Amino acid sequence: MTAIKIDKVWKEYGDTIVLENVSLDLPDHEFLVIIGPSGVGKTTLLRLLLSQETPTRGEILIDGKPIASEPTADRGVVFQRYSVFPHKTVLGNVMLGPQWAQAPLLGRFFGKKHRELKERAMALLQRVGLGAAADKYPQQLSGGMQQRLAIAQALIMKPKVLLLDEPFGALDPGTRKAMHVLVRELWEEHAMTIVMVTHDLAEAFALGTRVIAVDRPRRDPQAPERYGATITSNFEAKCRVVRESERFEAARAKARQDHGQSGASPPSAAMIHPFPLKAGAA
Amino acid sequence: MRRIINYPPARGQKLILGLLPFLAILLIYLMASEARLAINPGDKLIPSFSSFTAAMERLMAQPDRSSGQYLFWFDTYLSLWRLCVGLGISALLGCVFGILIGFIPHLRAMFEPVLAALSLVPPLAVLPILFIIFGLGEVSKIVLIVFGIAPFLIRDVVLRVESLPREQIIKAQTLGGSTWQMMTHVVLPQVMPNLINSVRLSLGATWLFVIAAEAITAEGGLGYRIFLVRRYLAMDVILPYVAWITLLAFLMDYGLRRLNTFAFPWAALKES
Ligand SMILES: Nc1ncnc2c1ncn2[C@@H]1O[C@H](COP(=O)(O)OP(=O)(O)OP(=O)(O)O)[C@@H](O)[C@H]1O
Ligand SMILES: [Mg+2]
Repeated sequence: MTAIKIDKVWKEYGDTIVLENVSLDLPDHEFLVIIGPSGVGKTTLLRLLLSQETPTRGEILIDGKPIASEPTADRGVVFQRYSVFPHKTVLGNVMLGPQWAQAPLLGRFFGKKHRELKERAMALLQRVGLGAAADKYPQQLSGGMQQRLAIAQALIMKPKVLLLDEPFGALDPGTRKAMHVLVRELWEEHAMTIVMVTHDLAEAFALGTRVIAVDRPRRDPQAPERYGATITSNFEAKCRVVRESERFEAARAKARQDHGQSGASPPSAAMIHPFPLKAGAA
Repeated sequence: MRRIINYPPARGQKLILGLLPFLAILLIYLMASEARLAINPGDKLIPSFSSFTAAMERLMAQPDRSSGQYLFWFDTYLSLWRLCVGLGISALLGCVFGILIGFIPHLRAMFEPVLAALSLVPPLAVLPILFIIFGLGEVSKIVLIVFGIAPFLIRDVVLRVESLPREQIIKAQTLGGSTWQMMTHVVLPQVMPNLINSVRLSLGATWLFVIAAEAITAEGGLGYRIFLVRRYLAMDVILPYVAWITLLAFLMDYGLRRLNTFAFPWAALKES
């Protein structure tokens, strides 16, 4: 359960008002996408959620409690660039977080614990399609692979919230599509909340369950810093009922399949035929 | 006919071209030496190669009459010891204080100005003070090197720590890293290749301090010997010693470079 509440948040840098009066209620397991013109304060909003910056006014609550005043392990992040450590191998990058959590002094596991963590990390790397690249350094990977690594590195900490700032901005359309599928699946598997910033409207509606647009409602041509940006529209892209029923259908289909397989038929038949009942009859 | 910038030398050509200036210097030296010796066989300024080998044979293979040491090796040992201890302490200080000061904002606010001031004090100007405080022994020589090199290395590491992408540090915190863990696992490894390169760059300055300190007072050392035999115009000792110092510096530079590529393979990837 992770509910995020942004309560009348303002962010000012000196005289410049970047965000004004931003309020948002985000229930559990949502995929929030933030869109808006360049320089309007999307990254700033994400930084606030990450505690990289603190709001000038208002507050942000996770599960009813104010967020920590510094970045913590319950909120994972993937930036557009520089999200992975260039001096660690792919596997080393993924294994970092858990070792830090449990070995305060050395930050390193040995023996059995190390082997177990390595297995877990390798499974996660396989999941994001980096199993073969485990021993490479990040600079030896393509942009899409680096972003997948950054996601895996964040996911191994099992964060409540995953924050993504234009994570696929530098990728080609094909790779981007593949990343969409991956992120969507990971979001389902890990049942977490994702907040993503993007410039791509199609991406926003393909992925998000909720899409918000951030913009300046008022504008003073002489002094653009006078007014800040706020949420100008809040759109439920995929409502909860539909999502739940989709998940319910998927679960039911899976149950039926499992039931069909438990009969005398070989498993391969069940895999070939889309309808397990038929396969069982064959 | 292409532009001249578009003619890269082939591999073999590169080697030959690189060796040419050395051969030219050698040739000019030999010719000058021969010409002078032809006029005056007792000339000491540009000695022939045979007098080099004779002088070196004396210093390398025959024990000194008063001290019983093989002087060449004794000098080399003393100078290298001073150089390595001084540079090692400086690098250690640079690493520890550079990371602390660069990473912890309060320490940075406190120490950055004083470091900037310290690194501008000319070390040789305070050498007399060091001799007064620490005596004429080894301590004052080591302190001179540390005083001359450490502030530069610390500032260099501080700058490097500051130039680490902010995103990386934020990411490390979202992975639950403590300040200590981030210093040891994120900052330190990424600072090391740069620190080693800075040590390479300060080899020249370190030799300068070693030789300057030895010139004033020492029981031995490469710089001490050079300044000692200067009184007898013993170019047959001075020139080989200079060449030997240059070779030692070159080997250390090369060794550190190899250490870098060996210990931090990822750093080379970044550059390409
Ligand atoms: N540390 C800061 N000090 C002063 N102004 C800042 C600071 N950080 C951001 N701003 C200002 O806040 C505004 C919003 O910046 P932000 O990076 O959030 O925009 P963005 O919506 O993410 O833009 P883009 O889509 O280009 O990434 C900008 O006008 C920027 O100048
Ligand atoms: Mg941005």
